[in-house]
Amino acid sequence: MELLGLYHYWVFAVLLMIGFYAVIAKSNLIKKLIGLSIFQSAVFLLYITMGKVDGGTAPIIQAGVENPVFSNPLPQVLILTAIVVGISTTALGLGIVVRIKEEYGSIEESDIQEIDRR
Amino acid sequence: MIDWSVHLPALQVIVPMLSAPFALLLRPRGLAWAAAVAASLFAFAIAVMLTLGVLDGRNFEYQMGNWPAPYGIELGVDAFSALVLLVITGASSLALLAGRRSLDADIEEDRQPLFYAAWLLALAGLVGIPVAADAFNIFVFMEISSLASYVLIAGGPDRRALPAVFKYLIMGTIGATFYLIGIGLIYLMTGTLNLADMELRIHEVADQKPILVAAGFITIGLALKAAVFPLHVWLPNAYTYAPNAVTVFLAACATKVSLYLLLRFDFLVFQPNLIGHDVQFSYFLMPLAVLAILIASLVALFEKNLKRLFAYSSVAQIGYILLGASLVSVAGLTASVVHIFNHALAKGALFLAIACLATRYSSLRLENLAGAARRMPWTMGAFVLAGFSLVGVPGTAGFISKWYLMTAALDHGSVGVVLVMAIVISSLIALAYVWRVIEAAYFGEPKGAASGGEAPVGILAVTWIAALANLYYGLAPSLPVTLASTAAESLLRHVP
Amino acid sequence: MSSSTAILMALALPLVGAIGIALAARIGSNVREAVTLLTASALAWTVWGLLPELMAGGRPSAGLVEVLPGIEIAFRVEPLGMLFAALASMLWIINSIYSIGYMRGNRESHQTRFYIFFAIALSATMGIAFADNLFTLFLFYELLTLSTYPLVSHKGDAKTVQSARTYLGILLTTSIGLLLPAIIWTYFVAGTGTFTPGGILDGKLEGPAVGLLLGLFVFGIGKAAVMPVHRWLPAAMVAPTPVSALLHAVAVVKAGVFTVTKVIVYIFGIDFLFAEPSGGWLLYATAFTVIAASVVALRQSNLKRMLAYSTIGQLSFVLMAAAILKPLAEIGAAVHMVAHAFGKITLFFAAGAIYTASKKTEIFQLRGIGRRMPWTMTAFTIGALSMIGVPPTGGFVSKWYILAGAFQAENYVAIATIVLSTALNAAYFLPIIYLAWFAQEDSTLSNEHGEAPFAAVLALTLTAALTLAFFFFNGTLLILEGQIVQGTP
Repeated sequence: MELLGLYHYWVFAVLLMIGFYAVIAKSNLIKKLIGLSIFQSAVFLLYITMGKVDGGTAPIIQAGVENPVFSNPLPQVLILTAIVVGISTTALGLGIVVRIKEEYGSIEESDIQEIDRR
Repeated sequence: MIDWSVHLPALQVIVPMLSAPFALLLRPRGLAWAAAVAASLFAFAIAVMLTLGVLDGRNFEYQMGNWPAPYGIELGVDAFSALVLLVITGASSLALLAGRRSLDADIEEDRQPLFYAAWLLALAGLVGIPVAADAFNIFVFMEISSLASYVLIAGGPDRRALPAVFKYLIMGTIGATFYLIGIGLIYLMTGTLNLADMELRIHEVADQKPILVAAGFITIGLALKAAVFPLHVWLPNAYTYAPNAVTVFLAACATKVSLYLLLRFDFLVFQPNLIGHDVQFSYFLMPLAVLAILIASLVALFEKNLKRLFAYSSVAQIGYILLGASLVSVAGLTASVVHIFNHALAKGALFLAIACLATRYSSLRLENLAGAARRMPWTMGAFVLAGFSLVGVPGTAGFISKWYLMTAALDHGSVGVVLVMAIVISSLIALAYVWRVIEAAYFGEPKGAASGGEAPVGILAVTWIAALANLYYGLAPSLPVTLASTAAESLLRHVP
Repeated sequence: MSSSTAILMALALPLVGAIGIALAARIGSNVREAVTLLTASALAWTVWGLLPELMAGGRPSAGLVEVLPGIEIAFRVEPLGMLFAALASMLWIINSIYSIGYMRGNRESHQTRFYIFFAIALSATMGIAFADNLFTLFLFYELLTLSTYPLVSHKGDAKTVQSARTYLGILLTTSIGLLLPAIIWTYFVAGTGTFTPGGILDGKLEGPAVGLLLGLFVFGIGKAAVMPVHRWLPAAMVAPTPVSALLHAVAVVKAGVFTVTKVIVYIFGIDFLFAEPSGGWLLYATAFTVIAASVVALRQSNLKRMLAYSTIGQLSFVLMAAAILKPLAEIGAAVHMVAHAFGKITLFFAAGAIYTASKKTEIFQLRGIGRRMPWTMTAFTIGALSMIGVPPTGGFVSKWYILAGAFQAENYVAIATIVLSTALNAAYFLPIIYLAWFAQEDSTLSNEHGEAPFAAVLALTLTAALTLAFFFFNGTLLILEGQIVQGTP
């Protein structure tokens, strides 16, 4: 049971592999980017998971609450930054795909290679 | 009297970073370029001051907002990072100074402020990595520099730049994400992100699997970003189709920064904590390094496009840097670090000369360059000098690194002899591919009517500065050698 | 002028001269040639000025920069280097006179470039001669290769460029692929690369490694043209004859044998190498080259190519003498370097003079040419006799010493080689002399011509006279080179 008890990490690993598979196996550039996003999101979950403390709350000192249990806020802060990075990457990637579509008329990797070979 | 020099590490990053939005606002023609040059030169001056301080025996440590480490954000500069900073800021300044005209041709005028802003962001990200002392900050800087350099490369005149950038973006992001997983796992086990703190705290959990996994993720992730063979596939096209000035900038320093980080992590963070790490490290990297220097050199030998030829040569040269490190000795690491510096000099000068050629030739294929030396004798002169430095001819900077590398390899007995043979063979191949260019340029019959002669004086002057630096640091190499040996001693402080 | 300034002067003078030539060329070709001659004379005066100090046992030196700890660019004059520098600088004057006649007589293009690179090559030669350590030597060795390349490819047509590629390809590949590793290996085991009397490797290296290192050196120094790395020399014959004469009979090839000899004497040490059997192969390799090159020379029909193969044989002859590893033979090696230089430069001058006057390049065309060009063919005859080793020519002196050394070492392989090569030399030179003087001129091949331009004839007469004079006046040289084997530091 202990293996299943750490199900967060299983989710992380499975998502990571799904994303990675899409990046490698898909020929469509948009699908590659979707895969990349899933790949990154998996890592976000890893960070969030590690910061979570059972029953923990946000680390705000409130009147009347003695010895509260806090979740670790640092991973959440980190991952906020990482999400921004991820969004920028996706946006830039999509921008490049748009440009590729304009120049090549296709977003299939195989087509582009074919055109370049000519 | 306030000592301003303590703020230098912070200024190193802040100057280019804050100049970026400023450059964005400078609409009139040429002003954005001027701002970028000024910021880059300023950053270079800061790097020089930091280096002088380090040579004086100072170690810069800087707590952002006076929050003490490991809780606050720490910046730090030692010999190794000072050397890398010099390379980055120097390459950026030279590339910008030389690149004005060719960038004018490649980038539409109304987009130039955006382009130079991206350049400054790339610079800020690149200098941020050696300055930062915090694993997560390094990740952020790495992504800033990568995202900005994707933009820079996509500015290339050829549409093939776009698929090249896309590939770079995918592989770069995977590399950075691997790195992020690695530091996440370490944070999970130790609760710290500060590198110095990490070095101490991992020890308590070093026997646990996640640390080993983290070491794997970080090494592979950074190897991807550093274009370590066979993870180099993104590099040749990205360098080939980028605007020439961008190629100068990135070829001189982009992969070096990742190598810097790779060495730092493996030698300082993991070395004292994982049992047998040094052996695993060299078993893993040495064969890859040897393959890189042989295979990539061979590929370069048969390549017809000048830029791609030297892009493959970069992959081989990264192999040299790794080879030195994989020897896990002071001499070997000194060779590695010196080569980071010297290869930047040689490759920077070569790509500058190529940028000069590009001002007169529309296609940089070898057969097209026949007789180029007759039209552009000064350009080809600089090219020859830099080419010899790449080969490692004595008297040039390249020789210094080869010398250290070979003597370091010879310390390793019979394995060393094999390594020396590999180095010699690849030097000969390098000689052959440099020679192919020289032969075409000097002895080929020019085709078609010649238009224009020598490259513009501005870019030529910068090229010669870089070429002569190869000569200078080949004859008086005390600066890089001192920094490198200090860096090597410090990296190896945990190796028994 | 202090002697260390003189050393640096000797290096800088040709370079300054090169700049002077470039500037003077704008005024006119006469001024340019005057600058060349002036530079050559100044260089010879500077170099020969060092001789008295050396004869007195002094070893002037000059350091330039220390590149890395233990690796510096430094110069020191010792007898072998002095000999080489004095020889090259003196012959440069004569060769310049000859060049003027030849280049003008043949209306060659790019004459300014020719004189500039010639001067740079001489600077590199001085650097090789005076180098105090392997690193410095290597720098100038490469500079010599590179600066002679434009001279070899002077004509610029496809065939010439092809040959020039062979030239550069072999010389650069061997030096970077073999010589450089050998140098690094030496620095690694001995901790230094400074040329030291008695050698620096004794006790640092033993067994087969010694033979291997020697091999890296001998074949890495491609300029010594030990087979199988000799092919560049016949290829280099596409160059204008003054280049073949000074560079490929004297400066470049002698730089090769000089470097090997210096490595044997000052890096390995004669006694160390003699006691180490694994280095013994050198004698056989060079003996083979001597015989094989002579046989090939016998079969050549082109005069310059024949001379080139003869040079290959003679170079290995010098090396074989050095490889006997006995004092008398070492002296013989040094003496033969000089004797061969005088003789071979005369032969090349003559070949060039024949070409300038009559455009003849093949041996069979030379029937009866002695009557049309008596001065040239007299000089040719003297040079050829010196190659064979007939008294009263310089070649006899060196053969005498080498034979004496071979008997001292009871080395019968060497003795047999000397005898056989003498016979072969005679076999390919005597027919030419016979054809030139005694055969009837073939009327279908002949054209009306007289002697070559005056400058060329003057130069070859001078070198022929030197060949003869060397037979009688070689005392200074013997005293000087005697110092090497007596171990004066």
